[in-house]
Amino acid sequence: MRLARLAPYLQVAPLTVVFLLFLAVPILTIVMVSFWDYDTVRIIPDFVLTNYQELLFSPVTWATYGQTVLFAAITWVITLLVGFPVAYFLAFHVRSATWQTVLFLVCTIPFWTSNVIRMISWIPFLGRNGLLNSALLELRVIDQPLEFLLFSDFAVVLAYVHLYALFMVVPIFNSMMRIDRSLIEAARDAGGSGFQILRSVIIPLCKPGIAIGSIFVVTIVMGDFVTVRLMSGGQSASVGLMMMNAMSLLQYPAAAANAVVLLILVLLTVAAMMRVVDVRKEL
Amino acid sequence: MTKTTRTGFNRRRLLKGAGAVAGAAIGSGAITGFPTLWAQNIKNVTLRQFGTGVSAINEIAAKCKEDLGFTLQMTALDSDAVVQRAVTQPKSYDIADIEYWMCKKVFPANILQAMDIKKIKNFDKIVPIFTTGKLKSDSVIAQGTAPHSVSFVEGKDSAKFSKTPTDWYTMIPTIYNADTLGIRPDLVGRPIANWKDILDPAFKGKTSILNIPSIGIMDAAMICESAGIVKYGDKGNMTKEEIDKTIAFLIDTKKSGQFRAFWKTFDESVNLMASGEVIIQSMWSPAVTAVRSKGIPCVYQPLKEGYRAWGGGLALAKHLSGIELDAAYEYVNWYLSGWVGAFLNRQGYYSAVLDTAKANMSEDEWGYWMEGKPAKGEIKNPQGKVMEKPGAVRDGGAFADRMGAVACWNAVMDEDRYMVQKWNQFIAA
Repeated sequence: MRLARLAPYLQVAPLTVVFLLFLAVPILTIVMVSFWDYDTVRIIPDFVLTNYQELLFSPVTWATYGQTVLFAAITWVITLLVGFPVAYFLAFHVRSATWQTVLFLVCTIPFWTSNVIRMISWIPFLGRNGLLNSALLELRVIDQPLEFLLFSDFAVVLAYVHLYALFMVVPIFNSMMRIDRSLIEAARDAGGSGFQILRSVIIPLCKPGIAIGSIFVVTIVMGDFVTVRLMSGGQSASVGLMMMNAMSLLQYPAAAANAVVLLILVLLTVAAMMRVVDVRKEL
Repeated sequence: MTKTTRTGFNRRRLLKGAGAVAGAAIGSGAITGFPTLWAQNIKNVTLRQFGTGVSAINEIAAKCKEDLGFTLQMTALDSDAVVQRAVTQPKSYDIADIEYWMCKKVFPANILQAMDIKKIKNFDKIVPIFTTGKLKSDSVIAQGTAPHSVSFVEGKDSAKFSKTPTDWYTMIPTIYNADTLGIRPDLVGRPIANWKDILDPAFKGKTSILNIPSIGIMDAAMICESAGIVKYGDKGNMTKEEIDKTIAFLIDTKKSGQFRAFWKTFDESVNLMASGEVIIQSMWSPAVTAVRSKGIPCVYQPLKEGYRAWGGGLALAKHLSGIELDAAYEYVNWYLSGWVGAFLNRQGYYSAVLDTAKANMSEDEWGYWMEGKPAKGEIKNPQGKVMEKPGAVRDGGAFADRMGAVACWNAVMDEDRYMVQKWNQFIAA
């Protein structure tokens, strides 16, 4: 009857409410505030385009977005190159389920501490008088400390890879575990070499996992500000850092405009990935 | 049962009585000392103070409880968050412990109330930097947001700053100091005398300045002016053209690899210096102390062009009234009465009323911290840890030499918005 027709709506209601309250409303607020005006202490409800004009016509914005996208791209490539083999090893080379679980847990060990601590730990290791430089100097491999190790783009990417490689490993491992082993046997029976199996069977079937991992890594890196600030020693910028600077001077509308632009960029990136791979197959 | 009712009644009566007495006392201006309110009920008051970490000191809250009976709840935030919270959540605090440049931004938002100087017992003894602006009658007022320029408002409920002293005082000064460059004397290998020395090619990749736009730009300005790159009308309130030139110079310097890092927090600056990543950088005085306490030599180097000074104060929230407002006045009067002043002076900062602080310090302590004399005995910090051995002399010397050589106060500029955009450009470059 009527109740029966209503039932599905009632069933989705809780989730809808949660999404509206905690996702849709905040985002709409940000969009709204991005059109407001501001002075040194107040934000003034208004409809002005100055926030977007100042943002989009500034070479700083383009340089910063370029830098952020570059960080995301490099991190993506490296985490994929690291994550895929790790997942492959776990899924296909480790035969016993117990060992698979154990090794998988080993992968998560770094996540037992906060990501800020994981990041900061690199600083005494990479510094001018840090462990690595001291060791290399002692071994007479180098005669001057390597300055590029810390407070550089190298350090930033290193920290990103360290922090986020697992986000690539997990979904890929998950996809691999779902591959029907008989498909691989069939490929082998049909005379496929290891590399051919990898290329024509495993990789295509892992695509959803790769896509999900990529979405994790790319979106996290694009929104980051702590890693860039700490590991570059404030020498590099990221979009997140730009927003931080604006917010610290109460320039919320400017930060909101920047957030909207970043959101659009990230959504476009994710949409592009979804076009290449049908992630829903995974779910 | 009856007993409970009675207690309730008594307390209420007491409250009423105390309120009347306090009201009468305030009305007649007959407040002469503390504590003015003897009533039990002030013990139930809790004042929520929030501000920058420098002055949120637990010992002060504990001593306040001991001396005045009421509870002081302190929250420490970084300076950006302090400004935000002061303006956006005025109901969330009773006392704002903010810096003078923040006051210039925050007070006009009309969320703080000015204090009646007649109720501030030691008002006449406050260091004149915070009233007339001149340390001595012949002093030149420094550039930037000089504290006296934001210390008075036109009337009781006004949020408009008055250029000349009035009866309505915005902030009771808490801590102030003169900042300069910190150096590692063992690693720089030559005498450092000017701000421009940070540009010495010998220090390439071993220098740092702070990445807090409003303060970093001032240090940058001190450097640029010292090196003869830019001549400023007012370093604390630059024109767009001055900002452009300063940032352009910073970008060139950054691209040439002069800087190792830009720090944002206290501990970052300590670590940069202690690890030897950096040997000359902008620094805050407790950071220098922290480096030194690790047994690593570090000097807070006085420079020829003078210091960049900063100061903070206590401001009362607009919503305070009645007994809470009375308690707040009690608190600020107590703050100036000497114990706190001595405590702060022993940390290497300066306090607002020197006479009362002096009475709470030993002659040797006063000589070392305030007069630039060599220490006769061991100099200890407020927690009793030995800071300096006999014979040590404070970097920069006496109070008058340091606070008398202020070139510029931390400031907020009219072109703030533009400056931040340019600063972002510098960091992104």
